[in-house]
Amino acid sequence: MLKIHCPYCDEQREEEEFSYSGEAHISRPLDPGALSDADWADYLFFRKNTRGWHHEMWQHSAGCRRYFNVTRHTVTYEIFESYPMGTTPKALPKGDAR
Amino acid sequence: MSLENTQKNRLAIGGRIDRSRALSFTFNGKRYSGFLGDTLASALLANGVDVVGRSFKYSRPRGIMTAGAEEPNAIVQLGHGAATIPNLRATQVALYDGLEARSVNGWPNVNFDLTRIFSLFGRLMPPGFYYKTFMGPKKLWMFYEHFIRKGAGLGRAPTVRDPDIYDRINQHCDVLVVGAGPAGLAAALAAARTGARVIIADEQEEFGGSLLASDVNIDGKAAAHWLAVTLAELAKFETVTMLPRSTVFGYYDHNFLTIAERCSDHIALTNDKAARQRIHRVRAREVVLACGAIERPLVFAACDVPGVMLAGAVSTYINRYAVTPGKGLILFTNNDRAYETALHWHASGRQVVAVVDSRHNPQGDLVQKAAAKGVKVLTGHAVIEVLGGKRVKGAMVAPLSADGSKLTGQAKALQCDTIASSGGWNPVVHLSSHTGAKPIWDEEIIGFRPGKSTQAERSVGAAAGTYDTASCLAEGDASGVQAAINCGHSAVATSYNVTGETAAGPAQALFLLPHGKPTSRAPYQFVDYQLDVTAAGIELAAREGYTSVEHVKRYTAMGFGTDQGKLGNINGMAILARKLNQTIAETGTTIFRPSYTPTTFGTIAGRDVGELFDSARFTAVQHWHEQAGAKFEDVGQWKRPWYFPKTGEDMDDAVGRECLAVRNHVGILDASTLGKIDIQGPDAAEFLNRVYTNAYLKLAPGKCRYGVMLGEDGMIFDDGVTACLGENHYLMFTTTGGAAGVLNWLEIWHQTEWPELKVYFTSVTDHWTTATVTGPNARKVIAKVCSDIDLDGDAFKFMDWRDGTVSGVKARVFRISFTGELSYEVNVPAHYGRHVWEKLIEAGAEFGITPYGTETMHVLRAEKGFIIVGQDTDGSVTPYDMNMAWVVSSKKSFSFLGKRSLDRSDCTRTMRKQLVGLKTMDPLDVLPEGAQIVNERNAPIPAAMQGHVTSSYYSACLERSIALAVVKGGLDRLGEQVFCPLADGRVIAAEIVSSVFYDPSGARQNV
Repeated sequence: MLKIHCPYCDEQREEEEFSYSGEAHISRPLDPGALSDADWADYLFFRKNTRGWHHEMWQHSAGCRRYFNVTRHTVTYEIFESYPMGTTPKALPKGDAR
Repeated sequence: MSLENTQKNRLAIGGRIDRSRALSFTFNGKRYSGFLGDTLASALLANGVDVVGRSFKYSRPRGIMTAGAEEPNAIVQLGHGAATIPNLRATQVALYDGLEARSVNGWPNVNFDLTRIFSLFGRLMPPGFYYKTFMGPKKLWMFYEHFIRKGAGLGRAPTVRDPDIYDRINQHCDVLVVGAGPAGLAAALAAARTGARVIIADEQEEFGGSLLASDVNIDGKAAAHWLAVTLAELAKFETVTMLPRSTVFGYYDHNFLTIAERCSDHIALTNDKAARQRIHRVRAREVVLACGAIERPLVFAACDVPGVMLAGAVSTYINRYAVTPGKGLILFTNNDRAYETALHWHASGRQVVAVVDSRHNPQGDLVQKAAAKGVKVLTGHAVIEVLGGKRVKGAMVAPLSADGSKLTGQAKALQCDTIASSGGWNPVVHLSSHTGAKPIWDEEIIGFRPGKSTQAERSVGAAAGTYDTASCLAEGDASGVQAAINCGHSAVATSYNVTGETAAGPAQALFLLPHGKPTSRAPYQFVDYQLDVTAAGIELAAREGYTSVEHVKRYTAMGFGTDQGKLGNINGMAILARKLNQTIAETGTTIFRPSYTPTTFGTIAGRDVGELFDSARFTAVQHWHEQAGAKFEDVGQWKRPWYFPKTGEDMDDAVGRECLAVRNHVGILDASTLGKIDIQGPDAAEFLNRVYTNAYLKLAPGKCRYGVMLGEDGMIFDDGVTACLGENHYLMFTTTGGAAGVLNWLEIWHQTEWPELKVYFTSVTDHWTTATVTGPNARKVIAKVCSDIDLDGDAFKFMDWRDGTVSGVKARVFRISFTGELSYEVNVPAHYGRHVWEKLIEAGAEFGITPYGTETMHVLRAEKGFIIVGQDTDGSVTPYDMNMAWVVSSKKSFSFLGKRSLDRSDCTRTMRKQLVGLKTMDPLDVLPEGAQIVNERNAPIPAAMQGHVTSSYYSACLERSIALAVVKGGLDRLGEQVFCPLADGRVIAAEIVSSVFYDPSGARQNV
């Protein structure tokens, strides 16, 4: 079970309070109608499935109910940072988490 | 009969048992006695019970092999009835008076096993049995299963409700120490002295580990003295929690560990005073793993005969329980440390037949010591086969080459009744492995050490391959100091002076012993006792092309038992490595996963059982419904009235009556469970316009609009009505089950994509009671309780809402309809819900007002062809598929959620499944929901599926059955006949019709 820092509550809380919400930093195209089927499908369906550091969204669903981003390692489950929506992540640690 | 007489192996003195407290217990129906402080295993050995179980595959008699968690054979079921527990290791069951245990396998019993006589099993189950059987014809498994289940079950689950309660506690600490042997205690003490919050847990009945039977002196005093002083000091700290009888069974992410504490299992089977077991969910800043090591047996022919035991276990039984489990001992070893067992046996006054040492020239102190006591030591020899069936009668001993690979002379038989076997020690790397750390093979200790993990943990003592007490104490202390420092405490190191320890000479890496015959033809050389995996089986797997240890594990079932291969896995890997001509390091280990030992479901569930399993939600009118005799159904967590049967009515009768009442008079439904989201802000309309398929920018105060929400994939996700309450203020109704999901959906788009929109969402579902008054007489009912709303059909139209007062309570009244009849949805603050409901019932009495439930609601809306999201839709249908093109606006400038996807080629293709109605040819046939639809009555199987029935009811109003279905290209197929082949063999013919069965023009709701 992960221990997650909510950047809005500024507290380390148990994973049970949070909900996972998928890969972060996927912006909705401003003019979907202008996209080809392939480009739209890319936005809609395709995700990185990263082995390593991964930016992902979490919601503090049993807390402040806000969405934020977390940089988590998909192998070791280490969390490097959590940061509010609309901000940019720090540079990643070099190499693998191990 | 005196106690001494039944306990033929109990020594006159010694041990940590309380001889003043005799306990009586039964095993497989026979009565025995033991003492307080015994485990079930030590008591059975004291009583000379040799056979405690039967093996899984070959049904061979098996005896107690170990003294701990690694026990593969002595698996027992405790008690009977509701509190019974299966699959406990007798070595870890504390004896109490009246304990009742039986073997979990053996049919009809362990001493007379029928399957053994048939000699049926083993030959039928070669390695890869499961794999080959499952890949083979289905009938084969059906045949085998009968015998497997009968012959080799692993315990019986209780069939009635567990009478006990179980606790859960969430804990935080600075340092969690796993294991209370010398290393763990030194670590806990060092950390505790800094003021750190410490939890120390140990799976055994008492703290101490190896110190409970140790000959060394610590700081000039006996080990037992240091143990007592240390425990007393630890107990004084308010910041220290000491948990004996507590197994740390899982190590999860971010230093989260779970501990199963057995609170009363040492006193009685069941506990009527407090919790039987308690789970501690611990978030530790630092973890010290001092969980010890498990001895590794050597692998030789028939090494499973009762009387073959681990050397360390034999010592434990002698020293801690005053039980010498036999008369004549052969110790078979490849290392020095095991010699202690021969010395202990000798000291207990019984005969050591010989020490058989695989090494040619062992020189260690313990070897000298044994020789000095006159113990016969056969160096460069091996036990290659055990004689005996239900008890060891002797051993075949043969000279061995220096590298241990072949025999160099004739074997001769030596008589004995016990063989203590030691092939070295395996650090308990399980918990470390749970973190994802990969164990590392270490040639020096001839075992796997814990690998490097990303968590704040460290392994010390035997768990790290350190076996002498002095080093264990030193490592433990250093780890406790470091852990405390990492938590921000300041700590000083303590040094311990250990004397009386015997240095151990080098051990030999030896796993499988050669036999006169090749492995494949030798008598079974067991590796995994619980699942009867033999050396020959592992070699066969290698010959059949399996090279990955993970594949061999699954092919042979090695390590698949409830013991997870604690005893045999490393031997198995070594045997595989040799067969594959590679090193053990190259071969690697399989992955250990939680739980370390089996954990009962009750402990995991804790108090979350029965009515506490999940929350139940009730509307404010609940008690009225109960008094009215409603039957309830679960909708998510909500309890909703399903129907209101009158005396003598069954469900069909009641629903038919309720339906006719609504169509002909007036009905009332408790719709309070519908999700309600209050939406406010200057950009609320813009936001709604983006999430709904239809236009919302121009919805005026006092008006309502039905809307559909799509996922970005264009598929219907929820539907409902949104009302404009005022400028920048809306109320959104969602489906009962979808409420939470819709709120999340709005939040995520607002927070992550459109934070610039000024809009706020608040769930107000529970704030309101909603009473739907519907039917031709609805207006008359409302008129009696509401005087401040103009109810005239032209003033208060369909899809309008008004503020007003109903029975003296401020109310919002919505003219929205899910029945197709004239409807008023009266919303009042929930605290007044019951009052207003009763007033409506009272007012409606003269018009025949009839309360109805969800079933009637479903029938009425199906008659109208109104969909229910999640029943008629399944996440793969667009509004067009639901024949709801009218709800999709093509004019909105903003590309609303899901719009782009509606143009994807898959969404625009022909022959998508579309919503239609079905009328069965026989009006009394009601199709089952989910029935598949085909084109021909006698279509050859497999027939092409055309779709399926999504909703189906008998309509009392139409006096026939009706169904909604999704059918390929259905909207162009009205009038065609299709067929529903049912599971019972019937084929029902039906005509495709419009999905609106009743009042297609909608006149009834517009009056």
